[in-house]
Amino acid sequence: MAREEVGMVTSLEDAISRQTHGHPLSWLTSRQTFWVFLAAVIACVTLSLVTDTFATERNLFNVTRNFAFVGIVALGMTAVIIIGGIDLSVGSVVVLSAMVTGMTMAAGYPIYLAVPLALAASLAVGLFNGVMVAFLKVPPFVVTLGVLSVARSLAMVLSDNKMVYQFGPDHQALLTLGGGSTLGIPHPVYFLVVLALGTGYFFRWTRWGRHIFAIGGNEQAATLTGIPVRSVKISVYMFASLMAGITGVLEVGWLGGVTTNLGQSMELSVIAAAVIGGANLAGGIGTAFGAVVGAALIEVIRNSLILLGISTFWQGTFVGSFIIIAVLFDRLRVSRAND
Amino acid sequence: MSTPPASAPLVEMRNISKRFGGVHAVDDVSVDLYPGEVVGLLGHNGAGKSTLIKMLAGAYPADSGEIYISGEKVAIETPRDARRYGIETIYQTLALADNLDAPANLFLGRELRTSLGLLDDDAMEHEARAVLHRLNPNFKNIKDPVKNMSGGQRQSVAIARAILFNAKILIMDEPTAALGPQETAMVAELIKQLKKEGIGIFLISHDLHDVFDLSDRVSVMKNGRLVGTRDTSKVTKDEVLGMIILGKLPEEETPEELAELH
Repeated sequence: MAREEVGMVTSLEDAISRQTHGHPLSWLTSRQTFWVFLAAVIACVTLSLVTDTFATERNLFNVTRNFAFVGIVALGMTAVIIIGGIDLSVGSVVVLSAMVTGMTMAAGYPIYLAVPLALAASLAVGLFNGVMVAFLKVPPFVVTLGVLSVARSLAMVLSDNKMVYQFGPDHQALLTLGGGSTLGIPHPVYFLVVLALGTGYFFRWTRWGRHIFAIGGNEQAATLTGIPVRSVKISVYMFASLMAGITGVLEVGWLGGVTTNLGQSMELSVIAAAVIGGANLAGGIGTAFGAVVGAALIEVIRNSLILLGISTFWQGTFVGSFIIIAVLFDRLRVSRAND
Repeated sequence: MSTPPASAPLVEMRNISKRFGGVHAVDDVSVDLYPGEVVGLLGHNGAGKSTLIKMLAGAYPADSGEIYISGEKVAIETPRDARRYGIETIYQTLALADNLDAPANLFLGRELRTSLGLLDDDAMEHEARAVLHRLNPNFKNIKDPVKNMSGGQRQSVAIARAILFNAKILIMDEPTAALGPQETAMVAELIKQLKKEGIGIFLISHDLHDVFDLSDRVSVMKNGRLVGTRDTSKVTKDEVLGMIILGKLPEEETPEELAELH
């Protein structure tokens, strides 16, 4: 009976809070992800009307595939940003993973050995990042900047800086994995969808997800409430590296070859995608869906520059500016909160 | 000397020391706490009271000394250890994750899960509403991030977290620092209620007036050392003030010195 009573109170309170918090629409419009999503949709519609080239099957195929790569890595980056960290090494992990895959297969080993090996190499990088950050308290910016250099250099050593484009007996399987399509949709997009759903699910419904948000919100509180902060941090850096590693494997298949400049300065697009998608560089806020939407917007704008005949050299300006503006907004908010 | 109630002590901290670099933050301090008792831990900022109590809460390990819980020697090295012994802490900083809502904060590190191992948000919200309602009947917006809440509501969340898991020992570090008069009265009422339930409470404050009326005994610290412990009923506020400021026991204080305090 007591429980019923509480239940009634609960629903009454729900009703009150719904009233005081207004319409679901106002909730929606308060979300950055919603506006970014809207911007991407408007950009797509405008491009379809203004150009005859955007809404073609070929172009849409390319756009979705390209944004899938940034999107997958941005999922991992979002987790890192949620705990208040940053991972600059993801672009180098992409090339390291791609190179391990390529070299292993070029040496005649099967794909089912090469891919786990590449992912293991990626996880090892993430483990290193995580241990340095969590146990030795090295700022993540410094650790991952160092690893950015180290991982790419390792890929160069591994390949002697040569292009790898013969992948042994499973050559075709690798090309299909990353470069093929099913039902007209490129394979990397399937990976993005599954990984984004999985990430969103983990963020929302597991203790791990709850704990990463708590760490980003107040790391000291997380420690004092008994959350294993250090191991959670390590797992997050490993997750980010794993996403980069998966992207590396897919990119080799798509390109049909791998050179050591693969993934160069990709970290910037990825951070921008996460931040545009609502991840807060101060920590504690971010969504998997936002990472995908942010990656989509970046790719649509990049694509529109090409189709509208504007030099793609402007892309870096756009990406860089967005990161600065996002951080600027954080600063403003923090300084206002301190007043 | 003081006369604690005649039952086994709930907590006994014996000869506890803690150094930070060359600084003796806590130097050979012994305090105890009995069931249903409130012990006020007093001293200036930097006297070592927060450091002492953080060793009981598992925030950091003691360099030397022993801790007994209900007569049994225990090792408390992490907050998790402390919670296992029924020790709950309300930190001065509240230790809330501002980006999460009240139920998430209440169950931080102890999330309820469904049989599938997923977060059981419904159960957590249900329990959160019950406990918060008990503390603060006007508390409605529990699903907001706590950063949007008032100081009193945030304090309620921190207190609710401590009492939710059937604590035996409660540590309250400056529990009323952020509160208005009405909320302070609410906390005082809660302390009396918890006392009745047999919970032992360490009440830490730099302000004598906050704790004097609520405490059964007061332990005073100065410069990392214990000045002494006295029954609140057997000392005056002035004598305790003398302990805090002069670092001397009531019997050592001269009337002139006490007069100087005012």
